[in-house]
Amino acid sequence: MERRAAQAAITGLGITEQGKVYGPSAVGFAVDAIRLALDDAGLEAKDLDGLLVNPGLSWGQAAQMGSFAVQQAMGLRDLRLSAAMNLGGATAGAMVMQAVLAIEAGLANHVACVFSDAPLKPPKPRDGSGGGSGSSGAYAFAGGLEAAYGAFGVNGLYALLASRHMHRFGTTHDHLGAIAVAERAWAQHNPRAQFHGKTLTLAEYHASRWVAEPFHLLDCCLVSNGGLAVIVSRGDRARSLAKPPVWVRGMGQGHPGGDPLETLASGAPLAARDAFAMAGATLADVDFCELYDCYTFTVLVTLEDYGFCAKGEGGPFVADGRIGPGGALPVNTGGGQLSSFYMWGMTPIGEAVIQVRGEGGGRQVAKHDLGLVSGNGGVLSTHTTLLLGREPR
Amino acid sequence: MSATEFPKPVPKATPELLPFLDAARAGRLAVQRCGACGTLRFPPRELCSRCWSREVEWTDVSGRGEVFAFYVMHQVYHPGFVADVPYPVVVVKLDEGPTMVSNVVDCPREKLRIGLPVEVVFEEREGVALPKFRPRAP
Repeated sequence: MERRAAQAAITGLGITEQGKVYGPSAVGFAVDAIRLALDDAGLEAKDLDGLLVNPGLSWGQAAQMGSFAVQQAMGLRDLRLSAAMNLGGATAGAMVMQAVLAIEAGLANHVACVFSDAPLKPPKPRDGSGGGSGSSGAYAFAGGLEAAYGAFGVNGLYALLASRHMHRFGTTHDHLGAIAVAERAWAQHNPRAQFHGKTLTLAEYHASRWVAEPFHLLDCCLVSNGGLAVIVSRGDRARSLAKPPVWVRGMGQGHPGGDPLETLASGAPLAARDAFAMAGATLADVDFCELYDCYTFTVLVTLEDYGFCAKGEGGPFVADGRIGPGGALPVNTGGGQLSSFYMWGMTPIGEAVIQVRGEGGGRQVAKHDLGLVSGNGGVLSTHTTLLLGREPR
Repeated sequence: MSATEFPKPVPKATPELLPFLDAARAGRLAVQRCGACGTLRFPPRELCSRCWSREVEWTDVSGRGEVFAFYVMHQVYHPGFVADVPYPVVVVKLDEGPTMVSNVVDCPREKLRIGLPVEVVFEEREGVALPKFRPRAP
């Protein structure tokens, strides 16, 4: 495949405080994250000519034209590229991909890509009686047929997939728990992680309360306030900035359609085909993975779908500590969304940037030439692959 | 249970769902059938995803199928289910092909499993006959 010379790299990374952080609005967190990313790159706001925004659930009306809202909030002038995008958890990868395509087409030089959200509210002074979580969302479709059966929320939709995977392939709670334990172990080396300083054993995983059985609470990702932005820059300009460029070596999308309950598969195979072809790489070249992890189960399926193991063998693959610190295949080295923070597809991209640069501190992987980053949205509905590396294509 | 128990949600008789609810009222389980290519589908949709036709009719199905997937809900998303948690939510694969989100009744938790043969029953809820499923002989 012939590639244009321009190429593109991630040159700036901005991560706000994460978790139970109150005060800024969702748009405010987006601005903060972009400002941090510009500082990290050694760029100024006037250098930006592209802005791609993934509004989280709490954006409300501002989500409609989210990139314009951020542009106005920052006082940015004369952008050449602007869009709010939404493919759920695959959006972050798709934003980076869109930025690279625009840069390679000569239509932008420095594109900020940002996700932010502020769904958590400060605790009330008086202790409420602790009713159900997410009830406001449920009421919105309480007139529907599924609500009549008590079928609410995304936890249940992924739990259905997990129930079938367990039935078809013999996947166990020990397998799912191994993923939770591995990510928590990584999080102990990530000072930004919401579970930093809180270790987890497999026994404690098993003891955590049920949410939507077969999912324990600790099969499910965190909820976080905060923002995370990256700057994608034209290759020739990337080399002269403050940090070593993190090159976009390969990229692809895959959105399979149909019913995932039948296939138990994501769009990873389709997305990976384009990404690995572009990078001229194979799985054997991947030094570490940052995989979208809304649930432990999502990691298991994603490992299968990239071909690290055969379909159905994800459980045994992760069971022996292979993906944790010191394991043969480092996965979600910052603790992922299960144990660090939930910035949708930006969580894995941000950690990959840290690892490729070699800024991982106590969690830095030894070899970090090429990282595989996945995004996953809906219920295995949308998928993106990024291959990020130390050298250009 | 108590007199103050919050009512569970009742499906709205939208134009899309009305034929389904009417059939249930008459003790029949119905799904959509594409008027052009004959593909069965549920829940109701505007067009056939196979041939894109808007031609549609409703057809009765046997009401027999098997549990295809399930989870046990422990979270309270709606006050009507406070007294029910934990309760199973199932996806039933009908013998005719389509799948349906529902509940299984007359089935202890330890008997509920993927592959369990089930048949439809109708539960009264505020004037609506709500299709649910119960175990049957294979």
